[in-house]
Formats: sequence, C-alpha cells, structure tokens
Amino acid sequence: MERTIYRTIKATPASWGVAILLAAIIGAAGLAVLTIEHYGHIITGMNNQIVWGLPHVFAIFLIVAASGVLNVASISSVFGKKAYKPMARFSALLSITVLLGGLAILVLDLGRPDRLIVAMTKYNFTSIFAWNMILYNGFFAIVGAYLVVQMTQGLSPRVHKAAGIAAFTWRLILTTGTGSIFGWLVARPGYDAAIMGPLFIAMSFAFGLALFILVTLALFRLDGRIFGDKLMLRLGNLLGVFVAVVLYFTIVQHLTALYAEEHAGIERFILLDGGAYTTLFWLVQVVLGALVPMALVFLRPSRASTILASFLVILGGLAQIYVIVIGGQAYPLQIFPGYEVLEGFNEGVVNSYSPTIYELALGLGGVALALLAAGLGAKILRVLPTNLSDANYPD
Amino acid sequence: MTNRAEMTRRDILKSGAAVATLTLAPGVTLMTFGGSEANAARADAGKRWGLLIDANKCAADCSACVTACKTENGWGNDGGEHSGPETESAWIRKVTLRDKHTGRQVSAPVMCQHCESPPCVDVCPTGASMQRVDGIVLVDKHICIGCRYCMMACPFKARSFVHSDVPEQSVNAPRGKGVVESCTLCVHRVDRGRIPACVEACEASGNSAILFGDLKDPESPISRALKQYSSIALRADLELNPGVRYQNL
Amino acid sequence: MRLILAFLVLLGLSLPLHADDHEGLPAVPKATGEPHPEGNEYWRKNHMTLLLHDRDLTLREGEREDIRASLESCFDCHTVKDEAGEAVTIEDERHFCRVCHDYAAVKPDCFTCHRSTPSDNVANRLMATPEEPNSIAAYLERLKALEADESEASQ
Repeated sequence: MERTIYRTIKATPASWGVAILLAAIIGAAGLAVLTIEHYGHIITGMNNQIVWGLPHVFAIFLIVAASGVLNVASISSVFGKKAYKPMARFSALLSITVLLGGLAILVLDLGRPDRLIVAMTKYNFTSIFAWNMILYNGFFAIVGAYLVVQMTQGLSPRVHKAAGIAAFTWRLILTTGTGSIFGWLVARPGYDAAIMGPLFIAMSFAFGLALFILVTLALFRLDGRIFGDKLMLRLGNLLGVFVAVVLYFTIVQHLTALYAEEHAGIERFILLDGGAYTTLFWLVQVVLGALVPMALVFLRPSRASTILASFLVILGGLAQIYVIVIGGQAYPLQIFPGYEVLEGFNEGVVNSYSPTIYELALGLGGVALALLAAGLGAKILRVLPTNLSDANYPD
Repeated sequence: MTNRAEMTRRDILKSGAAVATLTLAPGVTLMTFGGSEANAARADAGKRWGLLIDANKCAADCSACVTACKTENGWGNDGGEHSGPETESAWIRKVTLRDKHTGRQVSAPVMCQHCESPPCVDVCPTGASMQRVDGIVLVDKHICIGCRYCMMACPFKARSFVHSDVPEQSVNAPRGKGVVESCTLCVHRVDRGRIPACVEACEASGNSAILFGDLKDPESPISRALKQYSSIALRADLELNPGVRYQNL
Repeated sequence: MRLILAFLVLLGLSLPLHADDHEGLPAVPKATGEPHPEGNEYWRKNHMTLLLHDRDLTLREGEREDIRASLESCFDCHTVKDEAGEAVTIEDERHFCRVCHDYAAVKPDCFTCHRSTPSDNVANRLMATPEEPNSIAAYLERLKALEADESEASQ
C-alpha cells in the first residue's frame, strides 16, 4: 500500500461556481436574519404554540450529523480500520464545519442573537441546553486538536489513538446531550423519553455518514480525484447498517409509547391521523429514508445506489427531525385530562405551522455555511488525499 | 441558588466605581449601596404567594381578570400587520371546559402556575427563568436570549414570546421584542403590599373566584381553604407543586 | 511611504477635533427636581453600574423601597419635552439618554423593554397603606369579614 498524500484542492471554475452559489445562499440567509431581527419573529411562521420551527429542524439535523461525520475518523483511529485512515482528516474537518453551520442557525434564530455573550458567560447548570453549549465548544476544541494531531508529522500512533478516543467519547456525549434536549422535556408527550439519547446517536451515525459520502464525493469530483468503487460500496454497506439501527430505535420508540395508554394520543397523531406529520413519518422517514436506502445498498450495491441512498437518508433524516421537533409541538398539551375544551384559543387543538421563506433561507444558509467552510478548509489545509482509488486497498 | 444581587454588589465594590465613591465621600457609598438589609421590604423566604381558583364561582362569560391583566401589564395589543392570535402574548387566558363523561361545564383562568419545581427554571440555559424566594417565577428579561426552551418545557403553555416591537410599555411590566414573558403574579404590586390585578378585578366583578394569599401561613384564608376543601393542581402527575390551585375543576 | 503619508493625513484631520474638544461635547438637557447628592460627574460615570446593580436587586430580590437607580425615577427629572410639550421617546434624538449615547456611539439596551418616558401610571409606585382597598391588608380584612358573615349565616 502506498503512502497517502494529502493535497489542497485547486481553484477551478467549477469549484468557484459552487463556492459562489453557496455564498449567495449564505447571503440570502443573512438578509433573512436581518429582516427577522428588524420585524421580530412575527414575520416567520413560528408562534407561541410552535416555538421551534424549520430553522431548528435544520440546526438539529446539522448538529446531529456533525458528530456522525466524525465517525469515519473514529473508525480509523479508534477501531483501527486502515481503509478509513485517508479520509480521517477530512472527516474531522467536516464535522467541525457542519457543527458550525448548525450552531449558526440556532444562534441566529434566537430572539436576541446580540446577547450571545450572555449565553456564553451565564450558565445554569441544571439546564441540558447550557450543558450542550459546553459540549459544542468542547467538540470544537477536541476535534480541532484531533485534526492537528492527525496533520502533525512524526507523532506516535498512541497519541493518534488517544486523540481519536477522546473525540469519539465526546461526540457520543454530545449527541446524547442533543437528544436529551427533547428527552428531558417532561411536559410534552411527544418527547420525554430516555430513548431520545440513543436514538439521536443512531441518527447521527446514519446522517453523518450520508453527508460525508456526498460532500467528499463532490469535492473529489470538483478536483478530478479518484474515489474507488469498492470503497464506495463499503461505505454504502455501512450506511445501510446505520440506517437499520435508526429504524430499530424508531420502532422501539413508538412501540414503547404505544404500550402506554397515556401516550396513545400522540402516537395516534404521528402514526395515523396527523396529516402532514403522518405522511412525513411513513412516506419520507420510513419508506424513502430507511427502507429504500437499505434496499439500494444491500440488494443492488453500486456506486449510483450508494449516492442515491445517501441523498435519501438525508431527506429522511430531515423528515424525522421535522416530525420529532414540529410534530411534538403540534400535538396539543394535555392540561385538562377528561375535559374537552369549548372555549380558549388554541387550547387542546392541533397547532398549525407553515414555515416562511425566512426560515427556509436561514436553514439552508446554515447548510451552505457548513459546506462552504468545509470546501475552504480543503482549499487551505491538506486534508483530502490525492486519491482514494481501490488500488490502495488490496483487500 | 447563588445570590446574584450580592454578587453584583461585590463586583461593584471591586470595580473602580466604588473606589471613586469611597475617595469622594464614604457617606455617598453608604447612601447608594447601604441601607439596612434587615428592615428593607424584600421578597420574603418565609412566604409563598399562591392563588386558589374556584371554577364554580368563575363565570363563563366574564373575562375581567384577563382584561385587568392586559391593562396592568400592557400586553395583548402588540399589533403590526402580521399580528395574529397565534403570536399574541397571553399571560392569562380563560378556558371553558366540558367534562367528556358527565357533560358538566366549567370555566377558569389559566396563568403561570408558579411551580415549586418549575421546569422553565430548570431548562433555562442562562438562568433568566428564575424563582424568587417567595415562590414567584419570573423571566429576567435582561439576560433572556430568546431561545424559547422554557416554552417547550412549560406544561401549561403559560409563557409567551414577544414577536414584534413593543413601544412605550407600562412601567408596571417592562416587556419587549425577542424575549419570553409570563404572568408575574403582579410582583410589582405584591412587593408593595397590593393584591394582583386579576384578583382585584375578579373580586370587583362580584365573582370572587380567585383567592390570593400566603401558602406558607397556615392561618391565611388560602391555606385554610386548601385544608378544608378538595382542590387540584393542573398536571398533578408531574409533581411540580404549583402555587396556583383549582377547586371544583 | 504611502502608509506614513496616510497616517500624517489622518493625524492632520484629527488634530482640529482635539483642539475644540469641549465645544464638541453634547449639551446635556436640563433636568428638573433636586440635584444628585453624589454630583453629576459621579452619575455620568457610574449610572450604568448603579442601574445594573439595582435592577438585579429589584427583579431578583424584590427590593422596591431602597432603590436609588431605576429608569422610572430617572425620567422623573430627566425628560426632554418636544414642541407640543410631550415628553420625547428614545426614538427622538433629543431624548436625555440619546444626547450622550449618540455622541459616545454606545447603544443602550434598555428601551427594547423599558418605556423611555415618564408614566402617568403612578398608582403602584408607593408602598400600599392598609386604607387602600387593593392593599393586601384590606383584602385580608374583607375576607375575614366575609368568613364571619358566612359562619353567622350557617349558625
């Protein structure tokens, strides 16, 4: 096996084109943020019933995917799989930029984004949200250090492994924290479940790998580098396994909730008569986001099927988070059990939410920021191997 | 819980401001920061303010408490071209309910329940959601970043996010765009020895459905009523021990 | 060389500003009422620290009597009236706070939530006396009387 050589990507007209497109999306998001800042959240679709909307769906997707993106690096340094080693640097870099994109959305959607300094200096340690801020900052520091370790010549493999284990442990805690933002909310029947932690970890494995495959492939294509078919199939196969794990946890989540009579209402809402949420759950999350990708990578393994499966996993992932975040809020709080509400605005009825262009722009802006930052990183840092052709992996 | 006012006091003493005062005149410092803490009228840890709402006395067609709260605290008219009931604040709201099995109809106001273990305070990342020593749950809008996690956590839908600019607020209740707000139990009145606006209005309407008082004083009318008659807490399953209780609901 | 030239030009531009520093200072609007015993310089320098300190005391501790620095009491004396005799809000650049803050280019973060004019709603400003019908004391007295009536009626 020849030694892996890392090179920065070249500035081609094609890569310039992509960069300009991404910058334009970020610019649109910036305009959306300024407009929301000026008028207030009143111009968005969010309201006092659906308090977290489309921006949060994108933000949580990116935050969950960020820690999953790091898996490629973890597989090489923690679990010692040599085939993943050449991709480890970019895996660490991409995980940082994807987290950055997600957090940018979250921060810019705050009612008072100008008070970010308050969030950074005043911590309430009983809040899982405050703990998450520490976890996010720690992730930047630890994965940043891990990237430096990987890019430093002549360090002992033990240092590599130690940094890898630290980053892997941290990302598991981080995703548990993200899941617990919902899992620890006792008030709402759609959340309040310990399984949110492990479910989110499984989701991060799948979404992160899908995102990593697509972004790496895109950069390789832009730069005319070779990404071997065998490696692609291997990643596709792994993606299929991760998707199966997500599906498993999803099934357990809903079966457990179905068994408890107190959760029958929300389950009926999500699984049966929730309109758009039910469609999103069954059609997009389960069929398009899980069953089809699994069929593609296991039954018809090919380069194209892996790429298609990756797209579908991301689509299904967005749907899954939409159903969890928005669906969980749309279902009414049960404040008066045994009573039907005759009068009282938005009391005991399904809350409606129709996102506006501002929320969409903000969400897409975060994605564009993550991608542009990753591309810039690959432009200035030697994180991408010159080739990932199958000749490098004799097995 | 750390005493933030004390911390600030120390900060000031450490800062140049205090040094400047000390060199100017020690008496000035005494006047500005001093004053005997023992006899100052502050939130009292020996008290816990609460409400007891009798649904039988609450008239379905009356909304005097809601109107009084709006007037007192200046919410409910945030306006703007995009404004709608979904985005309008609701510190207190009236609900009319029908028992699914017996058909009995009742009405009651719902506001912040001033829980003893408030989920909003637990989840707030900055500590803006806070509970005073006398049990009143407030939002410190000075450090609220508008993340709305408390609204996700509140089981009673008691909190509102201000969706647009609020010009020239009431002095009673500063409130503004981008932060979360909720019923303050009229803390500005209670601290100066007055009853909350909703209680006053309910009494004036002749219904007297809301009883206000100190839950820690066993001889207070509210404590005696709670001891004598059955009452419930909303979402009692969550064991939050709210300071607002309901009778005949 | 070009840098040095640019620097000299900048220096030249800034010199006249320094020369008539005092003329450039904002004219602080006249206040009414008793002057601060600590002196204006003290308040100009420390008003933000004092406000910050007392806001936490009020909001978190429920201190309402021993408060020296509150926006409400600032505007008792520091109000600028417009041509119609109405107090101007923070939207107007003649507003007491804005005169200096605009000059110093520091944006106060108070008036997103606080009103910037005096309020005629002063009913709640003083501590309640038992004679006021909406005082807690009077309220408890009424409840006691009601209870006495009820127990009489039941006997």
